[in-house]
Amino acid sequence: MVDATHGPDAHAAEFPDVELYHPRSWWTRYVFSQDAKVIAIQYASTALAIGMVALVLSWLMRMQLAFPGFLEFIDAAAYYQFITMHGMIMVIYLITALFLGGFGNYQIPLMLGARDMVFPYVNMLSYWTYLLAVLVLVASWFAPGGPTGAGWTLYPPQAILSNTPGQEAGIVLMLVSLILFVIGFTMGGLNYIVTVLQGRTRGMTLMRMPLTVWGIFVATVMAMLAFPALFVACVMMLFDKLLGTSFFMPAVAEMGVQLAHNGGSPILFQHLFWFFGHPEVYIVALPAFGIVSDLLATHARKNIFGYRMMVWAIVIIGALSFVVWAHHMYVSGMNPYFGFFFATTTLIIAVPTAIKVYNWVLTLWRGDIHLNPPMLFALAFIVTFVNGGLTGLFLGNVVVDVPLSDSMFVVAHFHMVMGVAQILVIFGAIYHWYPKITGRMLDNTLAHLHFWVTFVGAYLIFFPMHYLGLMGVPRRYFESGDISFQPPSAHELNVFITVMALTVGAAQLVFVFNLIWSIRHGKPAGGNPWRATTLEWQTPQTPPAHGNFGRELPVVYRWAYDYSVPGAPEDFIPQNQPGPTPPHHEGSE
Amino acid sequence: MSVVIMLFAGFAAFAGWWLAQQRLTSKPWLEQGVIEGVPDFEASHDPAKRAGLGFFLAIVGSMFTLLAGAYFMRRDLGDWQALPVPPILWINTGALVLSSLALEYTQRSVRRGDIVRLRVGLAVAALFALAFLGGQLIAWQQLSAEGYYVATNPANSFFYLVTGLHGLHILGGLVALGWATAKAWGSEKVEGVRLNVELCATYWLFMLFVWVVLFSLIAGWASAFIELCGQLLS
Amino acid sequence: MVIAVVFVLIVVGSVVFHFLSPWWWTPIASNWGYIDNTIIITFWITGAVFSAVVLFAAYCVWRFRHKEGQKAAYEPENKRLENWLIGLTAVGVAAMLAPGLFVWAQFITVPAEATEAEVMGQQWQWAYRLPGADGKLGLSDTRLVSADNPYGINPDDPNGRDDVLIQADYLHLPIDKPVKILLRSIDTLHDFYVAEFRSKMDMIPGAVTYFWFTPTRTGQFEVLCAELCGIGHPYMRGGVVVDTQEDYDNWLAGQSTYAQLYAPEVLKTAGLD
Repeated sequence: MVDATHGPDAHAAEFPDVELYHPRSWWTRYVFSQDAKVIAIQYASTALAIGMVALVLSWLMRMQLAFPGFLEFIDAAAYYQFITMHGMIMVIYLITALFLGGFGNYQIPLMLGARDMVFPYVNMLSYWTYLLAVLVLVASWFAPGGPTGAGWTLYPPQAILSNTPGQEAGIVLMLVSLILFVIGFTMGGLNYIVTVLQGRTRGMTLMRMPLTVWGIFVATVMAMLAFPALFVACVMMLFDKLLGTSFFMPAVAEMGVQLAHNGGSPILFQHLFWFFGHPEVYIVALPAFGIVSDLLATHARKNIFGYRMMVWAIVIIGALSFVVWAHHMYVSGMNPYFGFFFATTTLIIAVPTAIKVYNWVLTLWRGDIHLNPPMLFALAFIVTFVNGGLTGLFLGNVVVDVPLSDSMFVVAHFHMVMGVAQILVIFGAIYHWYPKITGRMLDNTLAHLHFWVTFVGAYLIFFPMHYLGLMGVPRRYFESGDISFQPPSAHELNVFITVMALTVGAAQLVFVFNLIWSIRHGKPAGGNPWRATTLEWQTPQTPPAHGNFGRELPVVYRWAYDYSVPGAPEDFIPQNQPGPTPPHHEGSE
Repeated sequence: MSVVIMLFAGFAAFAGWWLAQQRLTSKPWLEQGVIEGVPDFEASHDPAKRAGLGFFLAIVGSMFTLLAGAYFMRRDLGDWQALPVPPILWINTGALVLSSLALEYTQRSVRRGDIVRLRVGLAVAALFALAFLGGQLIAWQQLSAEGYYVATNPANSFFYLVTGLHGLHILGGLVALGWATAKAWGSEKVEGVRLNVELCATYWLFMLFVWVVLFSLIAGWASAFIELCGQLLS
Repeated sequence: MVIAVVFVLIVVGSVVFHFLSPWWWTPIASNWGYIDNTIIITFWITGAVFSAVVLFAAYCVWRFRHKEGQKAAYEPENKRLENWLIGLTAVGVAAMLAPGLFVWAQFITVPAEATEAEVMGQQWQWAYRLPGADGKLGLSDTRLVSADNPYGINPDDPNGRDDVLIQADYLHLPIDKPVKILLRSIDTLHDFYVAEFRSKMDMIPGAVTYFWFTPTRTGQFEVLCAELCGIGHPYMRGGVVVDTQEDYDNWLAGQSTYAQLYAPEVLKTAGLD
């Protein structure tokens, strides 16, 4: 394979013998690119941009809760549009897209020693379909009636009735956007799965894959099987809305007017929605689990504790998450006997999840902990995830869910466990891999400022919020000040939460500034600033060139976690480093 | 949702069987050196493409299974009136079978290295698939002429929904088939289109299977069959 | 280093907040003290786990923070430790699940002596219906809802004629009598929720759902809607008054039936017989 006239430093785009797509112009190199790294950055930028919209929406809704009437343009309709769009954007268009479309695209080929995804053209289509989905979503702001205000769960019949904002066009655009997202995502997901299965380099067995790849891989498999449920639910609701069918629509006497629908089942929609919706929680959690494992191992200079158990736990969580969906429906009026089954499966899933938490903290034990920004975020993830996971044991335990469901407790729980925790991992991952993506470090002082405000602020927002829910304050209330059982101090708490939310939001501007400023002014990073073992840090160029690994693909000789191996000269051994290795101590059996 | 659970139990069993062969209990920190057996993507892209199609079919399969699950749940809500089966559906089924057979014939032509027959096979398959789609449109027309509109009854709604989605998948398949046909006409050797033909044939067989299941669902045999199974079990 | 201190502060602060903050559940007014007990059990177990994990992490960060020349230990796994942790976690989970399922079985088993009361939700108000002297609610259907039949009661069902209708008023319930609340909606999802009763359930148009409880404290309680039902959702309020039996009987005597309000001709026919 190796042509002697070319040195190993030859530019990757000039390999005649590598079957690879070669960009020919500026347009195909940077815009309609089929390079997974460019697609990753496109996905991530789009997701972060739309995520900023969702962040502003959260400010607006918090302003309304703390200072009702202060911002005069927020009426009830606007408020419900804000919460709906905030939720949908954050769950689907930001976190899912960023973890799988962003980190998936960047990390999978690099970490597995592949030149690119296996179907680069389909991968490119995936991004453009995703962008179209985002644009359709944004378009609903400009449609008559504005975006839908049905809540991110889009429950019928209310989602398509006339007393819900966005009933004219918003809900249609929302459903179309979701359908486009599922289609685009399927194209990307096929790439991630098949690249993991077929695109690995020589020596990279499954058990040598970094946990980041394991997390993204299992999450993608789940997404591929769960998203069809969302697709089906959206198509059927579109039929109900546009063609007047009655899949989900029962007979409705709306404000005294009989509608034409008859006999449909709102519960059927809820089953379909949560059949997607619950795996979705783990679709965004598993990549975070994987990434945080790698951050902890790298910055504690220690192998991840119990790697095998971590892999098995990811697989088991992925499988179990398909049989817990109805724990979102304990008080929906479904057959109450389902409660026994779903409470049991839900609490069982806590066991493998707990194992992962134990193994993360045990990785710290007797480590050599470098408190770099990525490590700080990973540690903060542990706190918020444990907190949110444990409150999940309240809501998963069917009878405890009865008083707490639909209350602020739920809001606090899922923000802690799949909002704050996941976002902290995203930040940690960006601080960790930014040097590889741009060749420069992010500014350390700004990073610390960003970290402390975000972590402490987010905890102060969501921890006290649980107690409002425990008191009985329902979620999705445009105004809650006059609820009879609320002491006046509850309003003071609301003001406090809003002030913290504004502060945390402002801290994200520091982060965005840091991202942009450091592209040019950051400290040069070198190829492997964290002294990490995995393959993405062993590329000949930083940022990696087209084709990732120069003329020859790396060969993998060891697992991803050879940190602080006894007798080794350095405290890390890259995965592609051959040669005699010192005898390993076997873990005590 | 029990059909969905059964399908997913099947997926889980398959995944478990596959994972069991991946040495998931090995202790990777004890193993140094190259471990062979990882697929070599640089050498051949074919296995990746086959795996990609396999996963795609799993996704399509779960979509149609979820629709079937919704069908069963909605059917039991009281206002269900099954719609008559238009006889043309039998002709359409025949067209899809012939289309699939033509692709099997094409695959044999690939093995024989006969580029002319291969081209003919692809064209015939495409024609029969188009005939199927046309026939489905006629079925829609006949039903709506008789007053079976999409919103009249949930049975009608499901009929239009599932046949529509199935038709869209055939249409998507026709794009791939068209690509294969164009490639076959542009080259003199069969090797270039071997994989295209193989993947198309697999996809066609799968969509035929989906159609047969959907047809039996629409005609009511699937329900009768499930009731029979339920009686045997109880 | 700072982060270890912050972790400790988070644990201490959270525990202090839990015990000292003024925000806690409302005083209970039903028999579902079991639910409160299950919540307390869950608080103790999860609180202990949270404190243990975060404090352990804080200790590790402080004890094993990077110093010049330090090298991490090499320990790929420890099967015994992991098995112990799995076992302990399973026990903890079972300790929460078992009482939870036990109470759930009670929650869905309505006692035979429970009387029925129907709550009907619509955007954005509550209406109530009591079975009347015959103890049976008449059949109803959303399709029958109209200006002169706001409940959609089937006029042909004799059981419905003596049904007591309570519109634009509070529902009254007698103390210490188990009541099965039947839930119905004529437009979209609603959720009949009284914080002091600890129990709630969605109402689904086209179906009748239920839950039951026994009021244990007299007084007036606010009804909230707990399922998003359009822009008026937060204003969908009502009230439940728990009375002594005597007060309840007096109140009930002042209410009107379906026949009195909406079908006087039916009443006349019945009166002529």
